[in-house]
Amino acid sequence: MKEENARAYWAANVRLIITYLVIWFVVSYGCGVLFVDALNHIHFFGFKLGFWFAQQGTIYTFLVLIVMYAYSMNKLDRKFDVHEE
Amino acid sequence: MDIQTLTYLFVGASFALYIGIAIWSRAGSTKEFYVAGGGVSPMANGAATAADWMSAASFISMAGIIAYAGYDASVYLMGWTGGYVLLAMLLAPYLRKFGKFTVPDFIGDRYYSNVARTVAVICVIFVSFTYVAGQMRGTGIVFARFLEVDVNVGVVIGMAIVFFYAVLGGMKGITYTQVAQYCVLIFAFLVPAVFLSIMMTGHVLPQTGFGATMLDASGNDTGVYLLQKLDQVVTDLGFTAYTDGSKSTMDVFFITAALMFGTAGLPHVIVRFFTVPKVHDARISAGWALFFIALLYTTAPAVGAFARMNLINTVNETQYEKLPSWFYNWENSGLIGWMDKNGDGKVQMRAGAPFDGKPDYVGSRKDVQGSHGERMLKNAPTDNNSEVYIDRDIIVLANPEIGNLPAWVIALVAAGGVAAALSTAAGLLLVISSAISHDLLKKTLKPDITEKQELLAARLAAVVAIIVAGYFGVNPPGFVAQVVALAFGLAASSFFPVILMGIFYKRMNREGAIAGMLAGLLFTLSYIVYFKFVAPDMNSAEHWLFGVSPEGIGTFGMIINFLVAFAVSRVTAPPPEHIQHIVEDIRVPRGAGHAVAH
Repeated sequence: MKEENARAYWAANVRLIITYLVIWFVVSYGCGVLFVDALNHIHFFGFKLGFWFAQQGTIYTFLVLIVMYAYSMNKLDRKFDVHEE
Repeated sequence: MDIQTLTYLFVGASFALYIGIAIWSRAGSTKEFYVAGGGVSPMANGAATAADWMSAASFISMAGIIAYAGYDASVYLMGWTGGYVLLAMLLAPYLRKFGKFTVPDFIGDRYYSNVARTVAVICVIFVSFTYVAGQMRGTGIVFARFLEVDVNVGVVIGMAIVFFYAVLGGMKGITYTQVAQYCVLIFAFLVPAVFLSIMMTGHVLPQTGFGATMLDASGNDTGVYLLQKLDQVVTDLGFTAYTDGSKSTMDVFFITAALMFGTAGLPHVIVRFFTVPKVHDARISAGWALFFIALLYTTAPAVGAFARMNLINTVNETQYEKLPSWFYNWENSGLIGWMDKNGDGKVQMRAGAPFDGKPDYVGSRKDVQGSHGERMLKNAPTDNNSEVYIDRDIIVLANPEIGNLPAWVIALVAAGGVAAALSTAAGLLLVISSAISHDLLKKTLKPDITEKQELLAARLAAVVAIIVAGYFGVNPPGFVAQVVALAFGLAASSFFPVILMGIFYKRMNREGAIAGMLAGLLFTLSYIVYFKFVAPDMNSAEHWLFGVSPEGIGTFGMIINFLVAFAVSRVTAPPPEHIQHIVEDIRVPRGAGHAVAH
């Protein structure tokens, strides 16, 4: 049972990581690099959107992702009863 | 008070602060020396990581690089921040749970092999020395420009300060000095940026200011967006539009990836997460680190855009005699050079280099002057109509002068530059010394030494590392600039994959890890050495593998590492039972004690 619990915890963690890393990839490599020219046709305040992502937006997104991951993991730790005392 | 006195005062006060902290936080055990006793709060560790991470290059050069390269410089902004996401999710919490002192510790234990440990030690030392040589030089340069001492004297002063708190305090001393250094450097970076933003756009936040409309000289809104204006002005002068790139998408992609995975694999960054008390502290501490880094990294592109605009407005088509005094000052220090090619006495900023190489003057300003009073250059002119060379490094250093800011701001920037260089140097030196005293001596060569002896060895190794780094600072090898790409490439192609697989792939064994590390390392090393040193004239897009420059090749090296490691591990014996238990254990947060001595 204990082993099964650990396995389920790990599977849930890996699922979370994959979800967040997909967002990480789409925002940085997608919006900031691969589709930057297309996004540059859209204006966002005084920025071209692609340029804004490459020099500002990605960094904010990274920060939000880390905070969300830390928060979700703390919840997950408790749910599977593997949290630290 | 004049700028000189103020600068001495600011830099002197910051040094007194660092030394005070060092005395207060002396290390008494190896655990304190290597990982600050494992009791650093996540927020303090975040600030220390940020100071550790942001070097003289981030502080002094990055905004200047952005000012000149525009969109192309985004690779640094994304690459040097995105790695923290990988650290927070893929490495830091598990390595903290593992609870040892160094990166080779993990690799040696997880892959039950002293060969793997030794390969890791060699990589650590190589990557860290590459980096630290540049930092020592950076300290020297900041001293030379602001305190008017010789660059070499500056290097020696820097060495003495780092010596004091790194040797005495180890990781504990370094951590708390880095927190102080972070405060100094971020304040020094933000103050001029906020001033400039208010002056040019009326926005207090530079982050929104550079997407806003510009104000004219009397403070009225012109209704024209700064970036739009900048795009138009630079295109008129023959440059690529500021918000467009000139690199191929493929290359931008690979460089960004190499910097991200390299960041996540750099030993001096990883080791910082060994200092927090718990696993969940390691996760959120990566968030704090990125928050503190983001304060500078989101401001830098704004500073770059402001500076480029300001520079063109002030300098382009201006009569030489009417230029502001900073132009002449930096011309004196060899960072600006003007060649009046068309003989109209005005400075033309155009695309392309005005002449070959950096300014090389004929005689002194007093003795030899051109017809307008400019310094005469020996350099061979190029055949374009570009007339002025402006070194990228002066963008941040000269910003307060260009923006007519008060003298104390200039002094503050000097103290910030020194803080940025010293904090990074100290972090790297610690990693080098622990690789030698802990991984090489204690774990490989002489396992029976006592803790006291190990601590002494760690201090001696730090002394030697500082002297070697100082030597490189005084006699910089010409290749320092080129090998920074190497440091990231090697970290991405060697450490990142083996650590990741060590945690996420239980079946990965000794043979696979060693083969993978060596394959990734050799491929990356030979590609960079070939294009940077063996055949530098071949270093252009048409000769590169799939159009990927040496800066981005670490990404390929990483993929090769993964593939080789996987293939080799499939045909060799699985790791022993107890290793699989270690992996199961590090995946679960509960039971992470303080970092254990062993």
